[in-house]
Amino acid sequence: MTSRPTAPHDADIIVVGAGPAGSCAAIAAAREGKSVILIERGPFPGSKNMYGGVVYARILDELVPSWWETAPVQRWVVKRSTMLLSDTGALNVDFRANAWGAPPYNGATAYRPDFDNWLAGRAVDAGARLVCSTTVTGLLRDARGRIEGVKTDRPDGDLRAPVVIACDGVNSFLAKESGLYPHTDASHFTLGVKETLALPKHIIDERFGVRDNHGVDIEILGGTSGVNGGGFIYTNLDTIGLGVVLNLPKLAAQRKRPEEIIADLKRHPAIAPLIEGAEVKEYSAHVIPEAGFDMMPTMVADGMLVAGDAAALCLAAGIWLEGVNFAMASGMYAGQTAAEALTKNDVSARGLSGYTNRLETSFVLRDHKKLRKIPHLVLSDRVQHQYPAFVAGVVERVFRVDNPHPKPGVRRIVREERKKAGIRLRDLLRDGWTGVRGFG
Amino acid sequence: MSPTTRIERDNAWPEISFEERIGTAEFRIHEKAHISVNGDSCRGCTTRECVVACPANLFVPTSDGGILFNYENCFECGTCYLVCNTEGAISWTYPEGGYGIVFHRT
Repeated sequence: MTSRPTAPHDADIIVVGAGPAGSCAAIAAAREGKSVILIERGPFPGSKNMYGGVVYARILDELVPSWWETAPVQRWVVKRSTMLLSDTGALNVDFRANAWGAPPYNGATAYRPDFDNWLAGRAVDAGARLVCSTTVTGLLRDARGRIEGVKTDRPDGDLRAPVVIACDGVNSFLAKESGLYPHTDASHFTLGVKETLALPKHIIDERFGVRDNHGVDIEILGGTSGVNGGGFIYTNLDTIGLGVVLNLPKLAAQRKRPEEIIADLKRHPAIAPLIEGAEVKEYSAHVIPEAGFDMMPTMVADGMLVAGDAAALCLAAGIWLEGVNFAMASGMYAGQTAAEALTKNDVSARGLSGYTNRLETSFVLRDHKKLRKIPHLVLSDRVQHQYPAFVAGVVERVFRVDNPHPKPGVRRIVREERKKAGIRLRDLLRDGWTGVRGFG
Repeated sequence: MSPTTRIERDNAWPEISFEERIGTAEFRIHEKAHISVNGDSCRGCTTRECVVACPANLFVPTSDGGILFNYENCFECGTCYLVCNTEGAISWTYPEGGYGIVFHRT
């Protein structure tokens, strides 16, 4: 592990973190003939990783053709639901596309320790050297301050390379140490807590209306005990992932603990029948960079690129909750850029600036720029605390048959329910406009 | 909240204690703590964001106004240092390579 005096570099590229970003960076760079060391602090890739989510792996078509034939998928998502919970009711908007259950597929549920471990295996196939159980503790810099490697917790653990790609996750100490992430604002982060709940496969199939390896993704607004955030339910083969995502300062400013907020969501009449009898198989937690474009660090330094959660590349835009795809894409672009810069023999920030171009011309930053206002809108107090009850109230009255009274006009119901929920028309219109423009 | 709006049946699913909940996750514990808490800073803290927010419930208030901290069952999520308003109270790093939380494979 020490740098040899005859060869000052241990590799062309050091990738820190074997999550989706790091493994894709390693695959892309190794494909270009570069020597890559992929460092993982867990005993195996994925061992530190959890999400409440779906893997949308279309971007893998480029790096791992026919990835769906070997990827360790639990279920292919064929049904997407958005659920609005009030204290007394629920509005569920449901969409099914059976085509998503056949190649080339759309989204999948998967256990991250399975998926990330599989993807890191593809990096090893491409020629990367995977080093597990090794924590990177800092950056190495040359006399002129350029990054030239990393320190690790192994004896003689310094590793040198012209380019470091930091894929070290949401807490990215490397992005912070390099000065790319000048300040962190707790309100930009959410805490995700999840229960993996065991149920026999046939019961999951029946309760969620799916068969075989088809699955369901339910996003929930409301139901987080008044803490700004959201809930989620995903079906695996014989487990259900159920959890909540909670804005950090809002969570810290009240008295209910995360597991109590989950327990409350599980007791809601729209949720309880889905999970009745299920036992907690695993409890897990992770922090999410939630604020999108407005919290992103500078992505490039002399000798270093940042990708994935470390670069806050996680999209929390209400109806779109994506992260693994942004991690895989940014990692791939970082790996390609690093390889290109090495070939041109310029690994300065300017030589590596093609990375920013690739992000800006691809969905990675185009989606984030287009949707930059949406994460704030989704977590705003009105959307969180007033709109779910308002919408549920409207729908309840629209569908309630209150004979002998004739049906009231929908416009009247909306006006009355809006007033009951304490929402000013001005604010409703403004939020509506932000939404329409933001979702474009 | 009125009882008719929430399902409160005891048998809907097994209730578990926090110890059982944490027991479902695997922690490979290193002898060296990866997080340290400065007791002096905590003693003056009235807001105690870490106590409610830490998903592993690792921050326990003591009767003398301090905070008792356990690093063993840490998810390594970062919530505590992100919510903490007291500069320098929580020193946070990752555990030694190979140690700490290990989420389950199938």
